[in-house]
Amino acid sequence: MEAPDDRKYSKEHEWVVLHDDGTALVGISDFAQNQLGDVVFVELPKVGAALAQFDQMGEIESVKAVSDLYTPVGGEVVEVNADVVNKPETVNEDPYGKGWLIKVRMDNAAELDNLMDAAQYAALTA
Amino acid sequence: MLLQDADARADAHDPRRLLMERSVAGRTAVTLPASDVPAQPLPDAALLRDDLELPEVTEGEVVRYFTRLSQLNFSVDTNFYPLGSCTMKYNPKLNEAMAALPGFANLHPGQPESQAQGALELMHGLQAYLCEITGMSAAGLTPLAGAHGELTGILMIKACLESRGEGARRKILIPDTAHGTNPASAAMGGFDVVSVPSDANGNIDLEAVRREADETLAGVMFTQPTTLGLFDVNAAEMCRIAHEAGGLVYADGANMNALLGRVKLGALGFDVVHLNLHKTFTTPHGGGGPGAGPVCANDTLAPFLPAPVVERRGDAYALADPPQTIGRVGGWQGNFGVLARAYTYIRLMGAEGLRAAADNAVLNANYLRARLRDLFVLEPDRGVMHEVVFSARKRRGARAIDVSKRLLDYGFHAPTMYFPLVVAEALMIEPTETESKETLDAFVEAMERIDAEAAQDEHFLHGAPYHTPVSRLDEAAAARRPELRWRPAAST
Repeated sequence: MEAPDDRKYSKEHEWVVLHDDGTALVGISDFAQNQLGDVVFVELPKVGAALAQFDQMGEIESVKAVSDLYTPVGGEVVEVNADVVNKPETVNEDPYGKGWLIKVRMDNAAELDNLMDAAQYAALTA
Repeated sequence: MLLQDADARADAHDPRRLLMERSVAGRTAVTLPASDVPAQPLPDAALLRDDLELPEVTEGEVVRYFTRLSQLNFSVDTNFYPLGSCTMKYNPKLNEAMAALPGFANLHPGQPESQAQGALELMHGLQAYLCEITGMSAAGLTPLAGAHGELTGILMIKACLESRGEGARRKILIPDTAHGTNPASAAMGGFDVVSVPSDANGNIDLEAVRREADETLAGVMFTQPTTLGLFDVNAAEMCRIAHEAGGLVYADGANMNALLGRVKLGALGFDVVHLNLHKTFTTPHGGGGPGAGPVCANDTLAPFLPAPVVERRGDAYALADPPQTIGRVGGWQGNFGVLARAYTYIRLMGAEGLRAAADNAVLNANYLRARLRDLFVLEPDRGVMHEVVFSARKRRGARAIDVSKRLLDYGFHAPTMYFPLVVAEALMIEPTETESKETLDAFVEAMERIDAEAAQDEHFLHGAPYHTPVSRLDEAAAARRPELRWRPAAST
């Protein structure tokens, strides 16, 4: 299963990539979308919401089950991806790109140290 | 031209053609007599719509249409239906005959009690039987479904805590294997849900329960046997820990079919339990009801049962309100017709018969476990109760959904899939006691053939089913873009 090495991963199968402006993009991994199967509904937090690392941030529903989404990093939600709300299949089609879920202004960049790198994550999901 | 005619004839019999699509202007199923009263103008014609079409078909066409649909129905009267956690066992036809007795069927729920003594006696008897089966002190029959029984039990726990001045207790513990209705019922009752993990053997993790058992604990909701089909050997200790912390314990009796005559939930320490009459006690289900989810309680919670309950006063039976009742949870006296069927089943079986039913339900599940264990993954690998949960974690590209869809081609209902959530690619199989060894063997053979098909061509199962009226449905599209209304085809 693909896991690009430009980002960090959580045990709950979310990824995060930190940008130079201090915002971080969050999504779910290719492994996660594959396990879920066809995603039919995504519920995301409101812009402005304050999240702590590993907080529940929303729900994702596939034809199989409803699962909780957990944010891999804490901070203020500055943007949510309206495209995945309107077209949930985007999460299946492009989990690391167009299927991103939220953008967070991180409070503490050191939280990234609590996450796995691509190699560690690949080992977890092997 | 001939080919087109053949297509048209095939079309006419296609059950997917809706009544609206069979409509021909001017056809009618009834002939109304000439009106013998003067026509009255409608009070406000502006309220009338003219865009709601009705199908124009003959009586014969209506009968054929619905008879054909009923023939397509998949039921326990036609096929093996191993839908895990649903206890799709045979429903004796005697139940129907008893519920249809004119004295029951024609009774009005508002009839004076003096004219309904037989019905009240039946309800009183059913309360007593359900208490005997669960080891509880009193029963309320009015909840209308399993989840409704759950909510009723949760509201009783809430009322009891409030009566003790402990309404501030808000935490309900629920194992990670629970039916999804458990956390929903607890949340609807105003409680905060904390999920508790299972240990390596599939029992509730007692250390986790101890950690959470503090002064905020309101109670625990617990399914015995669990949704993994396992008898949780930690249940009695879990009840003790919860009680010591001041909490109460709710038993989800959805899986009672495994325990009839063998285990009394009250003796394990549970305070309140609901039963699904439409599962364990052979009243019809599927299609959404009606069901019945009576609640049985021990001495602690009996005063809070929903109203009304049936009491015996001398030689007569009467409806009564328990002293600290949470009030009514439904209309009248519940789904009386369902109660009459369940009562009939209990009388038909007797104590020995009910015990034998549970024994054979457990035997059948373990037979399937033994015969299918080489095809699928079993976690944890231990003896089961009424159902067995396998993981179809793909060895060859076939997932639980593919196996399930292909089973339809072999004439079997699919098992419950993707539940419980703690098992990846779960296939939850509950054969029930009413299936013969021949049926179970035929099911095993179908599973073996499906496994061989997957081995031969890993893509073959992805297209299943192939022999049903419709093939693989696009469930994702149905969820993403539901079309719930018939609309006329756009004229071209």
